[in-house]
Amino acid sequence: MKIHEYQAKEILKDYGISVPQGRLATTAEEAMAAADELGGSVWVVKAQIHAGGRGNAGGVKVARSRDEVGEFAAGMLGKSIVTHQTGPEGSLIRKIYVEEGVDIDREFYLGLTLDREKRCLAVIGSAEGGTAIEEVAEENPDAIKKFWIDPSFGLLTYQPRLLAFALGLSVKEMRRFVDFSQRLYRLYVDLDASLAEINPLVITKTGEVIALDAKLNFDDNALFRQKSVLEYRDTDEEDPGEVEASQYDLSYIKLDGNIGCLVNGAGLAMGTMDTIKYYGGEPANFLDVGGGATAEKVTAAFEIILRDNVDAIFVNIFGGIMRCDTIAEGVIAAAKQVGLGDVPLIVRLAGTKVEEGKKMLAESGLPILAASDLAEGAKLAVEAAEKRKA
Amino acid sequence: MAILVDKDTRVLCQGITGGAGLFHCGQMKEYGTQVVAGVTPGKAGMTVLDDVPVYDTVYQAVDDTRADTSVIFVPAPFAADAILEAIDAGIRLIICITEGVPVKDMIQVNQALAGSQSRLIGPNCPGIITAGECKIGIMPGHIHKRGRVGVISRSGTLTYEAVDQLTKLGLGETTCIGIGGDPIVGSGYIDLLTLFNNDPETDGVVMIGEIGGTAEEEAAAWVAANMKKPVTSFIAGQTAPPGRRMGHAGAIVSGGKGLAADKIKELERCGIPVANTPSEIGQTMLNVLGK
Repeated sequence: MKIHEYQAKEILKDYGISVPQGRLATTAEEAMAAADELGGSVWVVKAQIHAGGRGNAGGVKVARSRDEVGEFAAGMLGKSIVTHQTGPEGSLIRKIYVEEGVDIDREFYLGLTLDREKRCLAVIGSAEGGTAIEEVAEENPDAIKKFWIDPSFGLLTYQPRLLAFALGLSVKEMRRFVDFSQRLYRLYVDLDASLAEINPLVITKTGEVIALDAKLNFDDNALFRQKSVLEYRDTDEEDPGEVEASQYDLSYIKLDGNIGCLVNGAGLAMGTMDTIKYYGGEPANFLDVGGGATAEKVTAAFEIILRDNVDAIFVNIFGGIMRCDTIAEGVIAAAKQVGLGDVPLIVRLAGTKVEEGKKMLAESGLPILAASDLAEGAKLAVEAAEKRKA
Repeated sequence: MAILVDKDTRVLCQGITGGAGLFHCGQMKEYGTQVVAGVTPGKAGMTVLDDVPVYDTVYQAVDDTRADTSVIFVPAPFAADAILEAIDAGIRLIICITEGVPVKDMIQVNQALAGSQSRLIGPNCPGIITAGECKIGIMPGHIHKRGRVGVISRSGTLTYEAVDQLTKLGLGETTCIGIGGDPIVGSGYIDLLTLFNNDPETDGVVMIGEIGGTAEEEAAAWVAANMKKPVTSFIAGQTAPPGRRMGHAGAIVSGGKGLAADKIKELERCGIPVANTPSEIGQTMLNVLGK
C-alpha cells in the first residue's frame, strides 16, 4: 500500500524524525494561507500523488513569494502530471503540500527495504541523492553503500555510523544521522513497511539532518494488523476497477489492450496475458478470479472487464479442486446476467469434470467459442478481437 | 525414488478443523496420503475424517502419532507462529499453504529455520506431491501420473497446466513442488534442484517462474555449474507492467529488477530452454528428453 508524502512525513514526525514544516492545501487560497502560517520567504509547492518522479515533471516548485505559491498551486491543482512512474495517462493532482524552504547544504539518499536474495532487510545509503537514484544504481553501483540487518539484532548502531562516515558527515552530523536511521528502522518494523525512502535526506547549513522527501510503502499482507496505516489509504490514487475488484476478492490490474482475460491463479493469469501477446493481441487486464469461481465473482469480473471496452473476452480456467461444471455454470449465469452484447466470449476449461463443463457451455445457447488448450484459446481470442475491431 | 515425500510420510495438519484444512485433508486421504493427526489449539480429543485424532499442540501430535511432516492451513495472521511451533516440535518438513503471511513474519521464520532441522515449503503455495504416493496440499491429484520429470514452480494453476501436459505426453512426474508466490519462501529453486539432481528416478526438471526477485537467475547459474540432468523452464509475466503486484506478493518488478525478459535471457544463457507459452511447457521438456 502506498501513501502520500504529507502522510509519510506525519508518520516520520510521530517517530521523532525531523521533517520541514508543511501544510496541506486543496485550493490556491489555502496554499497562500499555508505560506502565511509557515512564515519565512521561501516555500516549496509539492504535488501530492503516489507516483515518484514529480521533480522532473514540474510537480515540485520553489516559490519566493506568497503570490508565487498561489500561482504554482493553481497551476498544479486539478491538472494531470506525467512522470516516468505514472504511465502515459498521468496522475491527477488533487492535493498539494506547501513546505517551508530549507537551507540545503548537502543531499543524500537513505533507504530501507527487503533484500529478497538475502531474505532480510537492508539499509542503503548514497551520496548521490536527489531525483536520479535509479540512474545512479544502474550507472554507478559503487556509489551505493549497503548493510544487511540481522533480524535478531535489528539495526546496529555501527551500521548507520559507517554509512555516515562513508558519506563524509562530520562527527556531530554523524550522531544525528545515526539517531535518524534508528528511528526510521523502528518505524519500518513497527508499521510493517515494505519500503522507506528518504530521497533526499538533507544536511542543512546548520547541520540538521532532515527528511526533505519521504516515501513509505507498506506490506499489503500486514494491513490486517496496521489499522492506523490503513487509515491513510487513498482510493483516489487507485484505479476504480481495481478498487471494486478487491471488494469481490478478485485480483485485477488494468492494462492497455482490448482482450479481456479471466483466469484462475496469478501465474496462469500472467501466462494467459503473455500468450495473447505472443499471438499478436493486446491483453486488456490481468484478472485472477482465485480459488472459488462462483457465479457472483465471475459476474463481477465480467462487469469490470466490459467497462474497459474490450473486443473479446478470454476465460481460461484450470479446474483443480474447483470443478469445471461449477465454473461453466458460473460463466453462463454471468454472461446472461451481464449481457455481453456482441463481445465474443472464448472459454477454455481444463481439469476436473472438463467434459461436463464443456457440454454445459455448448448447450447454453450462448455464442461461446470453446477452446481445448490455452494456445488455441488465445489465438481464437486474438482473431475474434481483430474481427470485431474491424 | 522421487523426493521429500512418499507413501511412508506421516502427515499432521495444523488447522485441520478449519474449512480449508478439513476439506483438503479429506482429499489428501483419498489420494492415499497418511494423514495421521490434526492440530487445533483447544480442540484436543476430537476426531475428524473418521479416524484422524486432533491435538492441542504439534508436540503432542508428534509424541502420539510419530508424524514427521506438517501441512499448515492456518489463517495468515497466525501462520508464521504455526510454522515456528512445528519447527520447535522437530517436524522435518513443513508445508505452509496459507497466502497473506506478512513479510516481517517470514523474515523471522527464515531465521528460525536456519538453526533447525526443518525444511519449509511455501508459504502461499499449493503444496507437494509425489505422483501416486503422497499428496500434501491442494493440487488435483488425478492430473498427475508417476513418471520421469520433477517440477518446481512459484505458481499453482500454472503448475497444473504444465503437469497436465507432461502426463498427456507420456513423460509423467516424480515429485512436483509449489514453492509459493511470496517474496520470501522456505525452499527455493536451488534447494530442490539439489535434491532432484541426486534422485535416480528424476530424468529432468521443469522450472516454472515469474516476475519478481532474482531466484530464477540464481538457479540458472547453479544449474549451469552443477546440474547433471536437463532443466527446462517457463517464465510468466512478460506482459506485466512494472511496479504492480500481479496477484502473488512476490510477483512485482521493482526498481527495474525482476523482469521476465531478464530471467529468460539468463536461463537461456545457462543452457536452459524456455517455453514460449504455457502450452509448450511439456513439449519443451519432451524435446530435450526424447521419448
